[in-house]
This record gives sequence, C-alpha cells and structure tokens, in this order.
Amino acid sequence: MIHVEGLTKYYHDLCAVDHIDFDIQKGEILGLLGPNGAGKTTTLRMLTGFLRPTSGSIHVKDYTIDEHPLEIKKLLGYLPESAPLYHEMLVYDYLSYVADIRELDRDEKLSRIRYLANLCGLNEVMHQPIGELSKGYKQRVGLAHAMMSDPEILVMDEPTSGLDPNQIVEIREIIKEIGKEKTIILSTHILSEAEATCDRLAIINQGKIVADGKTQTLKQSAGGASLIRISLQNADLESVKKELQVIDGVTDIVPARREHGEDDNILHVTLTCQSSVDVRGDIYRKIKETDWILLELHQETKTLEHIFRELTREN
Amino acid sequence: MRQVTPIFKKEFTAYFVSPIAYIVISIFLLVTGWFFFTTFFLYNQANLRNFFALLPITLSFVVPAVTMRLFAEELNVGSYEILLTMPVTFLDVVLGKFLAAVVFVATMLIPTLAYPITVSFLGQLDWGPVVAGYTGAVLLGAAFSAIGLFASSLTRNQIIAFIIGMAICFGLTLIDKMLFFLPQSLLGFLEYLGADFHFENVSKGVIDSRDILYFLSVSFVGLYGAYLALLEKN
Repeated sequence: MIHVEGLTKYYHDLCAVDHIDFDIQKGEILGLLGPNGAGKTTTLRMLTGFLRPTSGSIHVKDYTIDEHPLEIKKLLGYLPESAPLYHEMLVYDYLSYVADIRELDRDEKLSRIRYLANLCGLNEVMHQPIGELSKGYKQRVGLAHAMMSDPEILVMDEPTSGLDPNQIVEIREIIKEIGKEKTIILSTHILSEAEATCDRLAIINQGKIVADGKTQTLKQSAGGASLIRISLQNADLESVKKELQVIDGVTDIVPARREHGEDDNILHVTLTCQSSVDVRGDIYRKIKETDWILLELHQETKTLEHIFRELTREN
Repeated sequence: MRQVTPIFKKEFTAYFVSPIAYIVISIFLLVTGWFFFTTFFLYNQANLRNFFALLPITLSFVVPAVTMRLFAEELNVGSYEILLTMPVTFLDVVLGKFLAAVVFVATMLIPTLAYPITVSFLGQLDWGPVVAGYTGAVLLGAAFSAIGLFASSLTRNQIIAFIIGMAICFGLTLIDKMLFFLPQSLLGFLEYLGADFHFENVSKGVIDSRDILYFLSVSFVGLYGAYLALLEKN
C-alpha cells in the first residue's frame, strides 16, 4: 500500500528524518513510536504531502508524492497533532466545508456528516464554534475531518494527546473499529497506546528507525531477560546474594529501593533472570531453607518500555 | 480548480462571522463619507471626483486590513497544515482567498452607492465617470488585495502582514506624486508604476486598456509572489 524509501528531511542543517525505509500493507495499523523530537511528525507530514522530502521517495499505491500529490491526498485522511482547526467556524460548517473540498455531493455529504457525528459523538456540539470546544471534542472534530472522504489510509499524529483517560479509551476504540478495514499510521510516544492499538510498531529515534516489527514479536524479542522482585523480612543483602546467586538462570541481584516509611528490616531485591527458565520455584525453595520471611515475589517480563528505553536513550 | 469555490465561500463567510468585516466597513464608510461631504458643498459641483480622488489612499489602508488574516492567521493557528493536506493545489488556495478578498472589497463599496444617488438629487450627475470609477475601484481593490495576500503569506503575524501590505500599497499610490525628486530618465517608468496615476485615468471615465492591464498585472505579480512564498514553506 505504502512504500517509503530513503526518506530524508533537513531543516536547514538539522537532520530531522534520516533515510527512513518502511512498507505498510493494506489493513495494517502501524505505530510510529519515538521520544519527542524523534522525527515522527516530520515523517507523517512528508507522507501527507505537507512537507517536501529533502530526498527519498514515497509511493502510495501506484502514485508517487512528487508527481501525483493530489491523488495521494485524496486517498489520505490526516489528523494533525493537536488538531488545529478554524476557531470561529461552527462544527457543522467546518465539516460541510471539508466535504465540499473533498467533492462529496449534496446527499452524500449530509449522510456522511450524520454518520461521522454519530461515530465521533459530535451530535451535541454540531452548532457550536470550534474554538469553544474542549480539547477532546476538538480532537473528535479532527477525526471526523480525517474520515470525511472515507479514505483508504488514515494518518494520525498523536491522536490521543491531551485527552482524559475516558476519551483516550473512546478514541482507541474508534481507531480499532476503523482499523478493521483501513490502513492506519499513527504516531505516539505513549507505549501502552501503541501496544493496545497497533499491529506493527516502528520505533524512531533521532530520525532513524531503530526497530520495526509486529508488536508481539517486538515484545518477545525484548524478552531475553525477565525481572523478579522479592521482598524479604529478616534478611540482609549479603546473605541473600550468596544464597540466590547460585540458582541456575539468575544473572544479577541488585537491591531495590525501600518504600517510604517502611520497616527497616524489610529488604527488596530485584533479580535479573534469563527468561527461558522459570526460576521462581527454585527461589522459593532456597528461601524456605532459611529463616527469612517471604513477603512478596513478583515476576515481570521486560515490556516495550524497556526496549523503548534501551533503543532511544540519549548516549 | 474546483476547490476554489469552497475555499472562497469559507473565507468570505469568515469575514462576516467575526467582527472584522463590520469594523472595517464602518471605518471605511466613515472616512470616505467624511472627507467627501465636508468639501462637497464648497465645490458646488455634482460629481464624485473628490470621492474617487481619495479612494486609492483609503483603500491602501483598508485593503491590507482585510487581507492580513488570510494566510497569517492560518500559519499562526496551524490550520494551514489541515488546508494543505486536503486535496487542493496552491493555486486553488491562493485564488480562493484572493477572490474572497476582492468580493469583500466590492461589498464594502456597495454602501457608497448612496453618495452618487444623493448627488444625483442635488444636481445633474454624469453617470459615465461614476460607473467607470467603480469599475476602477474594484480593479484597484483587486490589485491591493493581491499585494495584501502576498504580505500575509510572508509572516504568521497579522500586524506585520498589515504593515508590509500597507507600505507597498501606499508606496504605489504615492509614487507618482514623488516624481519631482527623481531623475528625468525614470519619470515615464515610475509614473506607469503609480496606482493613483492609473486610477485617476479610469475615474475620469477614460477606460484605457493600459490602465486595466496595469491593475491586472499588479494583481498577477502579487498572487504569483504569494504562490512562491507558499511554495517556499513546503
């Protein structure tokens, strides 16, 4: 569906996007993940034809962005970051204006606006000026704008930024709903969001793609190691290290921070283990041989957050 | 090109949704009405020559105020991104906004028709120069709108857009009055550049193709400048 090759963008001397390549299949939801200033927005802006790439090519279906920008814009619906809109226009007028530009005819226009108003929950605010809406409603208007022409591809720049938790869930539901039949690219720096909504993730850092794969695959590849946190009473760090280090699979033991106001004789440690073996049983048996009291034992697999942090940390 | 209509419609209605249209029209009518009628009875002549003589100067203030928001506001708010990611070309955008400004200036001139009507009750008014004058006024408005649009495309600050637009329009209006200071060899050329010089011809009732060509070419240069400025931002 979309094929991007060697995409590069310089703002004067500053390299915002550096030779990015990726492909998006039809019906896929791709998440562009990255810290602030990684080049997500710039990439999307080039994809939508708003910025011209310094070099590289973008193909959408059989079109290229240089030769057929209008055809590509017709295929795309775009929700910019923080949905900047015309403040003095009424929601209905705005949607009708968008429909006119998208060349919907009269009947089609009305039914489409009605459908989108229902889908995005805009019915109550249809006759209010956009400037008076709350952030969440503005975002929904932006979403309705993006979907006006029933585009095959939806590009969304941080679709849930600035929304409250309920609205975030709602927007995600909408995205998933649309994603069943459409190709979607969205950018975000919220990991749980990417995990929850995207089939595939591309992690961008400093203008380069540093990881690209199915969400599941990425999470597993992060594996390699899992973390076990235990809390013990009546134990001291030295002897815990000595006892537990010998267990097969445990690679590292570090003390974790004590919670504020907690009893002095409680010890928290974090064990790094190979994720291929489950060492929880061994740990329990070891502890049973001593007179320590086991208060808590908790395993967490390395999540996307760890991969993200590893890949995008400033050196 | 079919996208020109929705853009024009949106921009034109936007003037009347915000207070800007009413403020600008009121000021325009006050200024032209005051300067025209305070001296009208002294001359004791039933014509609109004084009204049209002042029009280039008034318009060079008023038109940039009308056009200043067209691009500057969109660039500032960020809605420019929304506009350009819809299937429109730069040409659609520039033409749609330009037409909205020209039609607005024409709308602003409509209430001034009260002047020739009043004058025609007072004396024998020759309608020929009046019709020519209004044609010229719309052409002048178009030329100034194009300049204002260009100024607006340069910056995201509406006040700067207004000042740049006003400076260019004002310069074009006054240039033929400053010929005194300039070398002989440049006179003809600089006189041709003056907006006032051409408008004066038209408002006397002489519609010459050279004058019309002048207004059209100024409009074209302004619009082309705006087009290039947009291309540059891309």
